[in-house]
Amino acid sequence: MNDLHSPNGVPVIDIHDITKTYEMGKLTLNVLKGISLQIKRGEFVSIMGPSGSGKSTLMNILGALDQPTSGEYNLDGEDIAKLSQVDLARIRNRKIGFVFQSFNLLKRTSAQRQVELPLIYAGARDRSKRARAALEAVGLQDRLDHLPSELSGGQQQRVAIARAIVGDPSIILADEPTGNLDSKSGTEVMQIFQRLNQEQGITTVFVTHDPWIARHTQRVIMIRDGQIVADQQVAEPLVAGESERPSEAEELQGIFEAAYATPNAGAAD
Amino acid sequence: MNILENLRIALDNLMLNRLRALLTILGIVIGVAAVTSLISLGRGVEDYIASQFEGLGADILTVRARPPTRGFNRSAITPLTTADVAALESDAIAPSLIAVTAEYQVQGTVVYRYDSISSSIRGVSPNYAAVNDWYPLEGGFFTEQDNTAQSQIAFMGKTAIEDLFGDENYDPTGETILINDLPFTVVGIMEEQSSTFGQDPNSAILVPLLTAQSKLGNARVAGSGYSVSTIQAQIAEDGDVDTATDEIETYLLAEHGITNPDLADFSVSNPETISEARTEVFATLTLFLSAIAAISLLVGGIGVMNIMLVSVSERTREIGLRKAVGARSSDILSQFMIEALMLSLLGGAGGILLALGVTTIAGNALLSGVTPSLSADVFLLATGVCTGIGILFGLYPANRAARMQPIQALRFE
Ligand SMILES: Nc1ncnc2c1ncn2[C@@H]1O[C@H](COP(=O)(O)OP(=O)(O)O)[C@@H](O)[C@H]1O
Ligand SMILES: [Mg+2]
Repeated sequence: MNDLHSPNGVPVIDIHDITKTYEMGKLTLNVLKGISLQIKRGEFVSIMGPSGSGKSTLMNILGALDQPTSGEYNLDGEDIAKLSQVDLARIRNRKIGFVFQSFNLLKRTSAQRQVELPLIYAGARDRSKRARAALEAVGLQDRLDHLPSELSGGQQQRVAIARAIVGDPSIILADEPTGNLDSKSGTEVMQIFQRLNQEQGITTVFVTHDPWIARHTQRVIMIRDGQIVADQQVAEPLVAGESERPSEAEELQGIFEAAYATPNAGAAD
Repeated sequence: MNILENLRIALDNLMLNRLRALLTILGIVIGVAAVTSLISLGRGVEDYIASQFEGLGADILTVRARPPTRGFNRSAITPLTTADVAALESDAIAPSLIAVTAEYQVQGTVVYRYDSISSSIRGVSPNYAAVNDWYPLEGGFFTEQDNTAQSQIAFMGKTAIEDLFGDENYDPTGETILINDLPFTVVGIMEEQSSTFGQDPNSAILVPLLTAQSKLGNARVAGSGYSVSTIQAQIAEDGDVDTATDEIETYLLAEHGITNPDLADFSVSNPETISEARTEVFATLTLFLSAIAAISLLVGGIGVMNIMLVSVSERTREIGLRKAVGARSSDILSQFMIEALMLSLLGGAGGILLALGVTTIAGNALLSGVTPSLSADVFLLATGVCTGIGILFGLYPANRAARMQPIQALRFE
């Protein structure tokens, strides 16, 4: 019996010494320089790092969307390196739910149908029921027939999350899912991930630039220049929506020397 | 992943780009319409030709004197004679024939009271009616007696009656008419026959053969009796066209002293062979025109390929996403193949509809008497060709889509 609320020793993802190299004409670009990592079932992990450090490259490899140049990758007990194209498609379909920064919804397609897409390729029967359940889980039960153009950014990303969870994957991978959202929508999306992780025990890994968002996860992995430079447990993960995000003024507290005189102070009266 | 789902995706996409789809299939619509209407009109004309020869007696060979098709000895044509008729009737010379009948035509002026017409007068043997299965409305045809007595009697067709008496329903039996100033008694009316190739058999005025040969014309040939214009030979039940033709040719070549068959000064023909020859010429023409029309199908196919390449390129991110959520290459391949097939089959359906319109109009207005035959096999052919086009021109774009790598496709701008 799995304890849904805390990681239990079995690794869902187990990578060892993964490298990724791009050949750009004469130039060789070592984007990942040997990454080893284990993510256990039920974990809630964020990956941080500067732009260009290789986060997306790593996520794409974890999501079986891209192949590493070398290294070992074990997903849920399957050796990914040995799989054929057809088997990789099956892995993407059954074991992975990917959420993109840019939502990647189909144009002019209703929310429900977007969510049904993985089920269509899985050949599942009760598609519409499952799609509606997934949309309900992200709070969009009354937006089933909406097209992407009729939804806000936050709602579009929630449709994408519903699409990621509908097939009951072993893991959700999200590459900067809040990157295109304002902070309020970002917090909402964050809340959903956290709730899915806590209530349904869905293993989740996501990339973020935002330290405030990262503070909501249990574990933060820092990447720099294609290598892991830190991998730490968060002592007290925040609960999304419960604690108020510090305002800009609060975040900048104490860094100023002196205030400028406001030119038209009192003129408004 | 099932076909139904791919059909739905293809249909959705076509509906989103309705105008574009319409313009794309136009080439195929026109191509299919052109080919199918040409084929069906061509078949209609072939049927028409065949129907014109129908009833002309497939078992009858017609022999005519005519200049050789090769060689320069054009003036020296030996006429066909009553002696030839008698010879061909003998089993020793032509065992494949059961009946031989002869005809001698003269141009004549026919007068009744104050009306006169110019007409060709046909002197025919007594067995002419039986061989041609063409009888008087009432009573018998000429007898051997009428012939040897050179009786001045005539049978008339309905058209000839109308021309001379002013009313096709007039019964001239018993009337006396003048043919080239000789009095003839009309003894009967011939059955009405449908016309073939604009020749109206009902305009005939028939007289006994010998009467025409000796009284209306000057057909005497030294040593061989009289000349005849045509000989008709009926093939026996157990004989065949080739053997019978051979027997006649062998006899006449020997008789005319010709050793090279290419220099024959007569022709032996059969309605069926004429019909076949004409139909064949026409079929070749139809095929040639259809081949030209098929070029527009090729152009249409290239149009489908073009728009499919555009579609694949436009939907690169969509393909990437589909692969990211689990679509296999084969799913993507069939998605785009079905879209291409749908385009070309829609084009085919439109083309068939257009062809139905075109052939109906052409059949009604342009070629009276010709019924275009747009039959099931033409539809099947069109469907088959369109399926072929869809596969041929859809395969490359669909394959291109199927082979995309998910991450590159998702990054595509
Ligand atoms: N297909 C590619 N070809 C060449 N270089 C690439 C390709 N994809 C990514 N890179 C390079 O790899 C590095 C890491 O990219 P990425 O993983 O997207 O970084 P991050 O997501 O951390 O910002 C960047 O320098 C980028 O230019
Ligand atoms: Mg990135």
